[in-house]
Amino acid sequence: MTAQVVVRTDRQRRLLHRLPWWIAALFLVGIAVLWIFPFLWMLSASLKDNMEMFAGGLKLWPSKFVWDNYARAWNDAHFGRYLINTVVTTVITVVIVTIRCATAGYVLARYRFRGSKVFLGVLIATLFVPTGYTIIPVVKISMQLHLIDSLGGMILALSGGAYVSAILLYYGYFRQIPRELEEAAVVDGAGFVRIFFSVMLPLAMPVTATVAVLTFITTWNAFFLPLVFTFSRPDLRTVSVGMQAFVGETATDWSGMAAAGVISIVPVVVLFIFLQRYFVEGISGAVKS
Amino acid sequence: MTGRSVRLRTTWIWIFLVPTVVLYGVYTIYPIIASYWYSLVEWNGFDADQKFVGLSNYREVFADPLFWNSFKVTLFFMLLVVPARVLLTLLLAMVLNSPKLPLIGLLRSAFFIPVVTTTAIIGVVMRFILDPASGPVSTALTKLGFGGVDFLGDQHLALPTAAVLYVWKFFGVTMIYWLAALQTIPYELYEAARIDGAGTGQLFRHITLPMLKPFLIIITVLTVEETFHNFDLMYTLTGGGPYFHTEIIEIYIYRWAFAASIPQLGHASAAAVIFGLLVAVVGALQLWGVYAGRRLRGDQR
Repeated sequence: MTAQVVVRTDRQRRLLHRLPWWIAALFLVGIAVLWIFPFLWMLSASLKDNMEMFAGGLKLWPSKFVWDNYARAWNDAHFGRYLINTVVTTVITVVIVTIRCATAGYVLARYRFRGSKVFLGVLIATLFVPTGYTIIPVVKISMQLHLIDSLGGMILALSGGAYVSAILLYYGYFRQIPRELEEAAVVDGAGFVRIFFSVMLPLAMPVTATVAVLTFITTWNAFFLPLVFTFSRPDLRTVSVGMQAFVGETATDWSGMAAAGVISIVPVVVLFIFLQRYFVEGISGAVKS
Repeated sequence: MTGRSVRLRTTWIWIFLVPTVVLYGVYTIYPIIASYWYSLVEWNGFDADQKFVGLSNYREVFADPLFWNSFKVTLFFMLLVVPARVLLTLLLAMVLNSPKLPLIGLLRSAFFIPVVTTTAIIGVVMRFILDPASGPVSTALTKLGFGGVDFLGDQHLALPTAAVLYVWKFFGVTMIYWLAALQTIPYELYEAARIDGAGTGQLFRHITLPMLKPFLIIITVLTVEETFHNFDLMYTLTGGGPYFHTEIIEIYIYRWAFAASIPQLGHASAAAVIFGLLVAVVGALQLWGVYAGRRLRGDQR
């Protein structure tokens, strides 16, 4: 009898203890809904016809679902093609950037060689270089190398951009790995390349995940370089450039524009939700080990 | 170690560096240097001939009130967004880091979502959402009896509006930085302190804050660096208008180099070089701040 009473008050106390947290969570959910309202609105606008969109204001649920907006965006506004361009560009850039930053960060962190200090110094000195500063020579040299007006040239330019922070991430991580690990691998007969690929790189998985995700976002979002690389080749536009062009060309088709926006954003959001688990796991795994 | 194996190691070191040397060299280092040359010539980008004109491009840029305008806009924008991004995200990250909070994964995702979406598309969509005639925000304000506000068309409102949208768009990046920083603090530390009778305020002052100090510097540096990359949002949102009130330096450069009917790459390059110097000075000031701060802390001990 007395034991039961004790249990109940215990549970009540725990519930009471949890209550403020639930109130805080509900409050935050309210803010979060406001936070993503522009996307909800875009989604709803992509399903309304143009008349309802202008009259509807903040109402989210369309009175009639107009799927034709998507067909217009996909075919007439070429967003099907823009999407493929963006996916190809982003995936290849992420692979190049991740590999080059991992290898560079690794040798800079683990080895002292002639020029290593200078190398690191140059990297840190150029940490802040923005695209607006480098854009003119980048375009000019791409013209000289016949790489302008091509996806390949755009990918190279994007991969060569400022990913100093990615190198520094790898640098910081590889630096704190104890020497003994490397020595053990050497004793086992592993060479330079084997140590990197079968010992160091797998250890750096959390950093690789972070770098890959951040590079993916940066490249998918890239606008300045794709804009100037596709001036005379509209068929090579990425979704970000396509969207700007869409508004310029058909200023009145706002619901088609919203549909194009959804087409451009949904793949990356879906992929993010899928990758985010891995991303957070990677970070917490790094903290645990 | 024998001489041969050292040589072999050196070879591999440089092979590992080659991708970065080539790509970074061609697309970042070379342009930094070449900008200086381009800023000394008169050149429209089409013809082969580049006429050397000395410093006259710089004289023109310095004499152009619109350049100084874009200079001011860029710095003012930085001052508007950096404190908001660094401090507000820390608050939210601390809330979203507490293990007792329900729905934590969902909330983190929601606040991060704007980051993964394409900036240029956000700019275009926001232009419609804030449209004074038919946008949903204006409609809502009218219904509440305020009358429509032209957020992006008003000379005084355009830049703050863009700043708010920028903070909203990139909030999640800084939040993730902070969450990663907070996760380096072992939870047992809090539990131990709590057993010793420390309150929430004390926990924050004596554990969270000291542990986060090095991260604060890094995160601020990264955030300031990112605010200089704001072409995408500004260009799609306002294009620099109204009347150049949101024309950041990157748009100024773009206007002279690519948007003019006769491109003036020399003039644009001179502006770009000055922009590069500005970014470098701000970066150097920050690094100096880091060192000064470290020395100060060293002296106290």
